[in-house]
Amino acid sequence: MTVLADPALAADARRERQFFLSLSLPALFIVGLAAILPIVWIIRQSFLTTGGEYTVGNYEKVLSSGLTWSALATTLELSLGTLAICILLGTPLALALASARPRVANLLMAFVMLPLWTSILVRTYGWLVLLRRDGLINAALTGSGLTAEPLPLVYNFTGTLIGMVHYMLPLFLLPVYAAMRDIDANLVRASASMGATLGQTIRTVILPLSSGGIFSGSIIVFIYTIGFFITPAVLGGGKVNPLSTRIERTLSTFQDWGSASVLGILLLVLMALVGVMFLAARRLIAGRRVGTAYA
Amino acid sequence: MMKSLPITIDSVRKTYGSYVALDDVSVDIKAGEFLTLLGPSGSGKTTLLMALAGFVRPDSGKLLLGDRDITRLAPNRRDIGIVFQNYALFPHMNVLANVEYPLALRRIPKAEARQRALDTLARVKLDGLSERGIAALSGGQRQRVALARAIVFEPRVMLMDEPLSALDKNLRETMQYEIRRLHDDLGITTIYVTHDQREALIMSDRIAVMNSGRIQQIDTPQRIYDRPSTRFVAEFMGEANIVAPGSVRRIDGADASREALMIRAESFHLDAKLVGRDGVALEGTLRAKAFRGENWLLTLALEGGQEILVCIPAALASGCAELASGQRVTAYAPAAKVHAIPGAAA
Repeated sequence: MTVLADPALAADARRERQFFLSLSLPALFIVGLAAILPIVWIIRQSFLTTGGEYTVGNYEKVLSSGLTWSALATTLELSLGTLAICILLGTPLALALASARPRVANLLMAFVMLPLWTSILVRTYGWLVLLRRDGLINAALTGSGLTAEPLPLVYNFTGTLIGMVHYMLPLFLLPVYAAMRDIDANLVRASASMGATLGQTIRTVILPLSSGGIFSGSIIVFIYTIGFFITPAVLGGGKVNPLSTRIERTLSTFQDWGSASVLGILLLVLMALVGVMFLAARRLIAGRRVGTAYA
Repeated sequence: MMKSLPITIDSVRKTYGSYVALDDVSVDIKAGEFLTLLGPSGSGKTTLLMALAGFVRPDSGKLLLGDRDITRLAPNRRDIGIVFQNYALFPHMNVLANVEYPLALRRIPKAEARQRALDTLARVKLDGLSERGIAALSGGQRQRVALARAIVFEPRVMLMDEPLSALDKNLRETMQYEIRRLHDDLGITTIYVTHDQREALIMSDRIAVMNSGRIQQIDTPQRIYDRPSTRFVAEFMGEANIVAPGSVRRIDGADASREALMIRAESFHLDAKLVGRDGVALEGTLRAKAFRGENWLLTLALEGGQEILVCIPAALASGCAELASGQRVTAYAPAAKVHAIPGAAA
């Protein structure tokens, strides 16, 4: 923002800023009420026994349980797995979209966005129809003789991962596509004119210049998937239990609000940790942002 | 000095739907020549340049680099240095990395590449800025980085797409001379695109004037300016008056030409003694006059109503300040500056 020398203009600008800030108050109020208060409540709850007395017993119980750590491991496996597949599938897809002609790109984008407009529950049960032992995919596989037995595609880790990738891919794609579309086409031409193959141009020009978008997409994927509940619950068939399903079970089966709160806090800490790691990594990359074509 | 190559553009045609971007364009460019493609926007000059670079595929026709047919060769295998209009420098690399880029692609050892990049940066007067980020450079410095990057790998041909259009006037003039000197030092065949006719006149060995996808005339700057072959070239290259033979008389009374004549505004004098007996005279009524610093610009209405522009250098225009609107004025031009344009009726 420019510095205004005239005091009258500066006062005007200040009033304007204050007005714009005041516009954000309703949103801030709702965020405070809907996000911060419950967190405070959960933290308090985690230190209380069912009788309402102060205790650290909830922490001892949850952190010493093997179930907690296996749930944590499952959560990380699902999140990192989804992220890896999103990067592997989404980055080339974003590249294709960004280099397609505008009309084709818009059409493809509509296809990509379509799932986002559908309820997650509908989509998850849709996958169930496709992936079941007697579902469409297995019927096609066994019918054509490609496999003798139906493949175990659902009610396991694979099925959960498929459902999660399907949900996250558009959300990963959007920031990556936006970053790639913003790359000046002349940069790609310049690179080619100096002798770069398409692969070299992608590696030395397109990927470094869209790393910001890939980063944002990755954070979105991670933060979403770390708390995913419906997909593991439906497609996991009880065998895939990340922290979210453990919280649900602790509440619905044992009505143990104290332990559930501890698990919730664990999820929160995990998210904060990952967030800090991402930001640190981003700063590290930005710090040595001098690219080069030399490996 | 690197070995440069001639370029042959043979009946190249490119259409986009019903729009003809290049209409059977043929040009032979000599090895080491500086050729400018000059024309208004939409004339096809950039399309032709992009066809040479490999980013536009001609519908028909051939492009030869030396005697090698490059019409269907991928852009990255043409070995052509290109300076883009907006420079197209890599924002995520510093100056040195930008210039080293083409060398890295050619697997030149890192130490040698660094030395060559630094030498080239010194050549374009950017020594000491090699570690700068691109965002920290001025427009003129970016231009120089783009130049360095285009010549560092010693391409046999260089293409430049309006490289100076984003610079202010003074810097543009400095860069015109520097680019031309760089060309003379390297002896590299250069094709330069611009819409600025002064720039084309200053820099080029030859100029190809383009309009509507066709080359109107290809010639030396002087001949393009003094001997335009079409009305379009005459008017595009400066203040040109194209007058019907009837409004012009020879001072010595001999017959004037029967074709339309082109006389540039600055070829006129108000003093018959300055043009010789074989010169021509045009008589008209003064409609407007303007003082432009180095000269006066007079607008005269001829007999038939046609208006002509007469430009008199300030040093020779002692009487101009006193001329009044509506006054009869006779303008004289020497025979050498009167050029008949075949087939261009006024």
